[in-house]
Amino acid sequence: MSKIVKEKDLTCIICPRGCQLHVTVADDGEITVTGQTCARGKKYGETELTHPTRTLTSTVLTADGSMLSVRTSAPIPKEMLFACMDRLNLVVVDHDVDFGDVIIPNILDTGADLIATGAWKRA
Amino acid sequence: MKLKTISKDLVIIGGGPAGMSAAVAAYDAGVRDLLILERDSSLGGILQQCIHNGFGLHRFGEELSGPEYAHRYEVMVHERNIDYKLNTMVMDVSPDKVITATNSEEGMFYIRAKAVILAMGCRERPRGALNTPGTRPAGIFTAGTAQKLVNMKGCMPGRNVVILGSGDIGLIMARRMTLEGAKVHAVCELMPYSGGLARNIEQCLHDFDIPLYLSTTVVGIKGRDRLESVTIASVDEKRKPIASTMREIPCDTLLLSVGLIPENELTKSASVPLDRVTSGAVVDQDRMTMVDGIFACGNVLHVHDLVDFVSEESAIAGRAAAAYIGGRTRGSEAITFVPDGKVRYTVPQKITTRDEVNVFFRVANIYRNVRIFVRDGDREIYSAKKLKVAPGEMESIKLKKEVVESLSGQPLSIGLEVSE
Repeated sequence: MSKIVKEKDLTCIICPRGCQLHVTVADDGEITVTGQTCARGKKYGETELTHPTRTLTSTVLTADGSMLSVRTSAPIPKEMLFACMDRLNLVVVDHDVDFGDVIIPNILDTGADLIATGAWKRA
Repeated sequence: MKLKTISKDLVIIGGGPAGMSAAVAAYDAGVRDLLILERDSSLGGILQQCIHNGFGLHRFGEELSGPEYAHRYEVMVHERNIDYKLNTMVMDVSPDKVITATNSEEGMFYIRAKAVILAMGCRERPRGALNTPGTRPAGIFTAGTAQKLVNMKGCMPGRNVVILGSGDIGLIMARRMTLEGAKVHAVCELMPYSGGLARNIEQCLHDFDIPLYLSTTVVGIKGRDRLESVTIASVDEKRKPIASTMREIPCDTLLLSVGLIPENELTKSASVPLDRVTSGAVVDQDRMTMVDGIFACGNVLHVHDLVDFVSEESAIAGRAAAAYIGGRTRGSEAITFVPDGKVRYTVPQKITTRDEVNVFFRVANIYRNVRIFVRDGDREIYSAKKLKVAPGEMESIKLKKEVVESLSGQPLSIGLEVSE
C-alpha cells in the first residue's frame, strides 16, 4: 500500500469560487485532490504541488510615455515572475499594437508569449 | 440664453461595464434612439486600470484582464453603432427624466429622455471617512488611486507600503506593488475576516509572503511632508484598539482599501429613494427604481464582487428599459423583502412581477452550515442549505415562477438559520 508523503490545504485560484482543496502526494507519486467542484480545480491542485504556475499581468512603456497593459498568454512558472518583470521592464513599444499582439515571444523560454491587453498607436 | 434641448428614447449615464452592457441589451431589445454619457475620455470605466486577470470566466468562459473585458463590450457598442458622448459630465437628472449635461464642445445642454439608466458606478471610501488620528503627510492613497498611478501613469506611489483594508483592490495592489519592486510590510483588516475573495488572499498575499493581520487597524499616522510611519494595533470584539498591541511600522506609503460607496448624487437629484444598507436605489426585479422609467444597475446600485455579475444585472435593466419605452407599465402591487439581519440586504428589494426572480443578497458575517429561507407569512416558500456564506461573497437564490405566482402579497422575510 502507498504511503502519503506530502499533504497540503490550498485555496484554488482558478475562479472566484475559491474552492478549498486538500491535496495529498503518495510515495508512489500519485496525487489526489479533493474539495474541488470542477476539473480545472483538480488540475490546479496537481500543478500547485508539483510545479506552481501563475499568469503574469503588468504594463510596458510605449514611445509616447504612456503605459500599455500586458499579460502572459499562459501561466508561467511562479519562480519566473520577477525575472519576467525585469525583462518586460526593458521594453519600449514603438510600433502600433492591438489587443492580443505579441510583445515578447516565448518570454524567458517559459513557453508563454507576452501579449498586449490594450491597444497603442504611434501619434 | 436658451440652452439646447435634445430628445432621446434612452439615456445611459456612465460608459463603464454596467452602462455598456445595459446599452447593448437595450439595443438588442429594439431601442435605436439611445445615448451613453461618459465623463472620462474613453469607454470602459474602472476596468481600464484593472490590468490583472480573472475577469470574464462567467460571461465569456475565459480569463481576461480588465481592459480586455471592457474591449469586448466596446466592440459590441461599436458594432451596433450605439451613440455615446465622452468627456461629458451629467450635472442633474430630474424626476421627469430631463438630464442636464455639459462638455467643452457643446457647453451645457438638456436631454429629455423617455427612460434613463443610472450606471455611474462607485467610488472609494477616503481617509477622511476613517477618522484615523495623525498628521496629514503625502503618501496616503486609496488603493484605486494607486492602481491608476501604477497601471496607467507608470508612477510608483512609494516603496515601503502598508495597506489598510483587505478588500479585493487592496489585495490586488499588494501584489502589483510587490511585482513593481515595492515592499508591502502588512495588510491590516479591522474585521476578523477578509472582505476579499479567497483566491486573492492566496495569489496576492500568500504567493509573496505578505502578512495579513486580521482584527487589526491603523491607529496613528506620522510624518511631516511625507509619511514616515504608521502605528497598527489589534482590536477587541467591539473593534476598539488594544493599547498594549500597538506597533509602529516605518513606511512611506499607506494604501486604503476600506470599502466602496455607490456614487448616487444624480440618483438623489432625481428624487429616487435609496436603500440605507446598499447606499443604492431601491429597485424591483427589472432594476427599475421607485421612479417610473429610471433604472439603476452595476456598482451604483450595490457593490458587486465580479464584473460578470455587473454585466448580467445591467442587461436586465437594459431589456426592461426597452420594454418600458415600448409601453410596458409596472405591475402595481409590490412585494417587499425584509432581511433578518444575518441577511443584510437584497437586490431587488421589491418584486412587482409574477414571474421567476433571481434575488441577490449579502450576509452580515461568516456563517457555516446555514439554511437560507424565505417566508411568506408563516409559509416557507424557499429553503436551501449552504456550507459557508461570507460578507465578501454575494449570494443568490432563484424563486421559481410557480412560487412567485403563489405569493400572498405581504412582505417576504429572508434570512439564515445557523446550526453550529
